[in-house]
Parts: sequence; C-alpha cells; structure tokens
Amino acid sequence: MLDDFLVRAFLAGAGVALVAGPLGCFVVWRRMAYFGDSLSHSALLGITLGFLLQVDLQLGVAATCAAVALLVGLLQQQQRLPTDTLLGILAHSALALGLVALSFVGNLRLDLMGYLFGDVLAVSRSDLLWIWIGGASVLLVLTIYWRRLLLATVHEELASAEGVAVLRIRLTLMLTLAVTIAVAMKIVGILLITSMLILPAAAARRFARSPEEMAILAAGLGVVAVGLGLAGSLRYDTPSGPSIVVAALLLFILSLAGGALKWRK
Amino acid sequence: MSRLLEARGIGLTRGDRVILENVDLDISEGEVVTLIGPNGSGKTTLLRILLGLERPDAGNLHRRSGLTIGYVPQRLTISPTLPLSTRQFLQLPHRQPQGKVEQALRETAVEHLAEAQVHALSGGEFQRVLLARALLHEPELLVLDEPAQGIDFNGQLDLYQLIDRVRQDRGCGVLLVSHDLHLVMAATDQVICLNRHVCCSGEPEAVSQHPAYMALFGPRAAQALAIYQHHHDHRHDIAGEPIPLRQRNNPPRLRNEASADEPF
Repeated sequence: MLDDFLVRAFLAGAGVALVAGPLGCFVVWRRMAYFGDSLSHSALLGITLGFLLQVDLQLGVAATCAAVALLVGLLQQQQRLPTDTLLGILAHSALALGLVALSFVGNLRLDLMGYLFGDVLAVSRSDLLWIWIGGASVLLVLTIYWRRLLLATVHEELASAEGVAVLRIRLTLMLTLAVTIAVAMKIVGILLITSMLILPAAAARRFARSPEEMAILAAGLGVVAVGLGLAGSLRYDTPSGPSIVVAALLLFILSLAGGALKWRK
Repeated sequence: MSRLLEARGIGLTRGDRVILENVDLDISEGEVVTLIGPNGSGKTTLLRILLGLERPDAGNLHRRSGLTIGYVPQRLTISPTLPLSTRQFLQLPHRQPQGKVEQALRETAVEHLAEAQVHALSGGEFQRVLLARALLHEPELLVLDEPAQGIDFNGQLDLYQLIDRVRQDRGCGVLLVSHDLHLVMAATDQVICLNRHVCCSGEPEAVSQHPAYMALFGPRAAQALAIYQHHHDHRHDIAGEPIPLRQRNNPPRLRNEASADEPF
C-alpha cells in the first residue's frame, strides 16, 4: 500500500495535519503567527546548511529552526527590542543568509520551488517515518504540558507565580514548532507552513467549547484539508502544497458560514 | 499573629534608574496591608518581588516556609480565540475536585458563571472568578494587584466587601495594591504609601493625614475624605451637561466624587 505515492502523500499530509492542528491552536491563542512565519523563513538556511554539512535536510531544518527559536526565546528576556522587531531581524537575515550560502553550493542542483511550496507527491518511506516520529513526539510533549501551557497562555505571570516554569514552557513550545516546521516542509513548503497551523485552528474555533475540543477539531479539519487538497491536485493538475492550503481556506470559509448559522439558532 | 512575610531593605535598580529603595514590609495572618502610590512608584515591581517573580538587588525577603500564595493579577484580557469556560479555567494548571471548584465559586458568588466563557465575562465578574481561582489553592496570603481596575464604583465596593469577608472567614493575610486609599480604607489594617521608598505607613486614617501622603497625592485627596458622604442625583455627559440618574429601588450607596471621577 505504501508503494502508492498517493497513499504516501496522504499519510504524510495527515501526519503533519494531526500535529499542526493542536499546535496551531497555541499559535492562534498566543498570537504567534508571526513567530511561526519567521521560523519557517529560517528553514531555508537549515536546508543550505544541511547540504553543506551533508546531513539529512530535515535534521538541518529542525536544528536551524530550533536554534533560531531558542535565540528568540532568550532574546525576549531582554526588553530593549520588541519581539516582532527581533523576529523580523532574525527571520529575514536567516532567509538571506540561506540564499547567499546556497549560491556557494551552486554546482548542486536544488529544487528550490520544492522547498518553498512543498512536494508532497515525492514523499519517500523514510520521509514518512520522519514525519510520524517527529509528529508523535510533538503531540506527546503537548499532552504532557497541556494544562501548564494553557495557564501560561492565559497569563504568564499568574502561571509563574503559581510555580509553573514559564520560560521552560515557552522554549518547549518553540522547539515543538521548530520540529513541526521541519516535518511539514515536505508537505506544503516553507512559505505555506504557517497556514497549516493557523487555518484549521481558526476554522475549529467556532465549533469548540473547550481548548481540547478545539485542538482535536483542528487536527481533524487539517486531515480533511489534506485529503481534499490532494484530490483536487490530482483532478485539476494543480501543485499539491498550495492545493492543500486552498482546501484549508475553503474549510475556514465554510466554518464562518456554519458559525453564522449556529449563532442564528 | 504569626508573620507570613517579612521584607527588609528591598532595593532594585534598573540601568541607572532607581525603582525601589530600602523598602520594608510585613504581613501577618489575618492582616490586610494596602500598598498605595502613584503610577511609576514601583508598586507592581514590589509586588513581583514579593511574589518571587523578580529578584531584588538589595535587601532580603523572608517568607514563612511553605507559604501558599493566592495571586489575583491586574485585570487581564483573555483572547476570544481561546474557548475556555470558568470551570475549565479554575482547573489550570491542575485538575481540581468538582466539590472544591463549586465551593470556591459559591464563596465569590459566581456559581452561575461556571459554564460561561471566560473571555465574555465582565471586569467585575472576572475579578471574582480570579479570586475564586486563588481561593481554590487555600492561600495563607492573598495578593491582589489593583483588583478594582475597570470596575464601576458599586462593583468596587462589593469586591472589597468580598475580600474583607474572605479574610474574616479564612483568616488569611491580604496584600492589596491600589491607587485609591478611600476605597480600601474600611477594610485595611495597614497602609503603605510607596513612591520608590516608603513615604509613610500606618493605619489608614493616619496615613491620609500624613504630610508625605498629601505631598504625593495632593491636598484634594485628603480633603476628599471630608466629603466622603456624598450622593449623586446626576452624572455628566461627555460635554459636561448634567444627566439625571435613573431612580433606583435600593438606597443610594456612598459615593466619593474625587475618587470616582479622577484618577489623581
């Protein structure tokens, strides 16, 4: 069954969606969309470094994103520069550095478009393994820290006063985001990863009565978007990554309409 | 009465700005201490130090060992993107037995809001929910940072009465931060007037007549006590025109023009 590239593509996309849903909820709740975006921009540097050091590219991306995430997390402790300025500096510098470094490995043929917008139909068995292992560990971490993460999301000081290790929580969340970006890169590409985090979570909001409901619903909607996107991509011969994102967008718009109906009742 | 917390000579400097200088503060069981001071006087920083959120660079802080603190932070806004009911909010970061949750909600008279979404609560309701949440941990010391901010006058009176009742029922110490002495006077044992250092401290009546207090808040603040018993039959619209207040069935409450209309 895994020999079929479409099955592999769906399993890979679904694996990413299952993680991106719950994690995306935190991105929405904590207003970290810009952070996610910045982190994914720095992924290109990771790809280049992976090439130069001849290590697995996803490992390169995960390590680079984690380093940038940690850097941001620690720099947030100082209060000279606001977080969004910091992110802007780091993200775009990393992107530019990535492109410059890439020109040094000019003799290597690199499918830049594939990394920017994803190439889910080229997912291999080992990619699939990576995605599910990475995804499962992110979900495990989220489950363990769930209530503490929620309290820190509501109010960091309150959490801190009650003995929650807020800095550790924040860094953990950033690291899980880094891992998610690394595994999602193949599916929707660097430029569209944030949408996989945000769209399903935003679509789930209207129907959720609790944080847990929203997380599960977002995961489910993400999987549906992957299915619809792949089917659409096959039917209309469109690029798969963007098609998945468009499907997620359609689900979000439907949720707005559904939410409006729900309110009228 | 046993000492809950003892701070001696607390000082903090950020860059070349002195935030706090040689501050002493004690709180004992069953005692209500109010910290007042103008904006930028270091009230919140002192509170953060006492809570252990920040380290002072001078002085020492002694807490009774194993002291449990219930913290009610300054008015906070919860993102409407987070679907969270009051009951769920009370169970963060640890699950709590339902009986305890119900009891805490009853104690602060918000049991009817148990299933309500937290982001939809009004300022006064949310403060009560935060208080219920703090009580859930059976605190020996209750710390409230400007609990009355953004709440209308009657709501403020109710809230302070509630805090007083909690103190009496539970015998816990209370540390309040306020920028309004009059509101908290009735329920306060000790007032500490802060402006980077302790300007004056003592019983509320004494502090309100203290020259340092008047210097800090202006003579109007002290005078306002004299017109404490003051009842409005009108309010003013944005252009200053008087608007009659609707007649209420319940007797008018005490109001205080200086504190209700001016932030000092």
